[in-house]
Amino acid sequence: MSTDFTPLFSFTGGALIGLAAVLLMTVQGRVFGATGILAGAISSKDKQETIWRVCLIAGMVSAPIVFQWITGAFPEFSIPVTTPSLIIGGLIVGFGVHLGSGCTSGHGICGNARLSPRSMIATLTFMITGFIAVFVIRHLFGV
Amino acid sequence: MRLLILFAIGLIFGFGISLSGMINPAKVLNFFDIFGTWDPSLAFVMAGALAVTIPGYFLVQKRGSPLFGDSFHMPANRKIDKRLVIGSAMFGIGWGIAGFCPGAAVPALGLLNGQVILFLAALVTGIGCARIATGETLYPAVKLFLKP
Repeated sequence: MSTDFTPLFSFTGGALIGLAAVLLMTVQGRVFGATGILAGAISSKDKQETIWRVCLIAGMVSAPIVFQWITGAFPEFSIPVTTPSLIIGGLIVGFGVHLGSGCTSGHGICGNARLSPRSMIATLTFMITGFIAVFVIRHLFGV
Repeated sequence: MRLLILFAIGLIFGFGISLSGMINPAKVLNFFDIFGTWDPSLAFVMAGALAVTIPGYFLVQKRGSPLFGDSFHMPANRKIDKRLVIGSAMFGIGWGIAGFCPGAAVPALGLLNGQVILFLAALVTGIGCARIATGETLYPAVKLFLKP
């Protein structure tokens, strides 16, 4: 299934993601890594460490609803994979982001913005394996 | 007040994820599908984000400390090791299978779609498995549950 090329919306959306990351650093002194925020919200023993993450997550989850108020429609959304793929993918993503200490937001945006060599290697790695995974699934297996 | 600001920051992030198309697994998978239905849009998401964060982080760190809190918490680990590469490689594979990354799946929860909940449950389980595998402590809530 093809999707529209949306350079302007994507760039603007990206700039907003970046703005949120800069604001979080200004306010809380933390990088905006979704993995760390999610895991920290669940696993942190310190109440103070939990609460700021929970507030962030509440804001994130509310976003599509606010998006609908402003634009009149929910963002375009479709899951083109089967439910087992979604679950297997989710397990691998979870295992990987914990081992690699970050995901697209943590390494890809915040880490690369700090010019961290660790994050550059991580970003390059997950981009390449993402391309390979999709190539294998769609073109070798033809799913 | 601080918590309201944090909520707003999360909202801005989620709005960016929604507007950019990152929230849509079909678009993410098409970004990876160069030899098929390629949609390069998501490269613009990264470009837009870095255009703000690179100068933004530089300016913010000129302040001595964040508005709330004593210091900036920058990840201190600088090691490029097997753990980083294997973990990131796995993440990419899972991302290519499911079409979701954590930062997109959390806002997608607001779409009230059951499959998003399934993905997030699998994601959290995966993180838990990695914690066990690396000998780290499990989520306190799970430990409480497992206690005889």
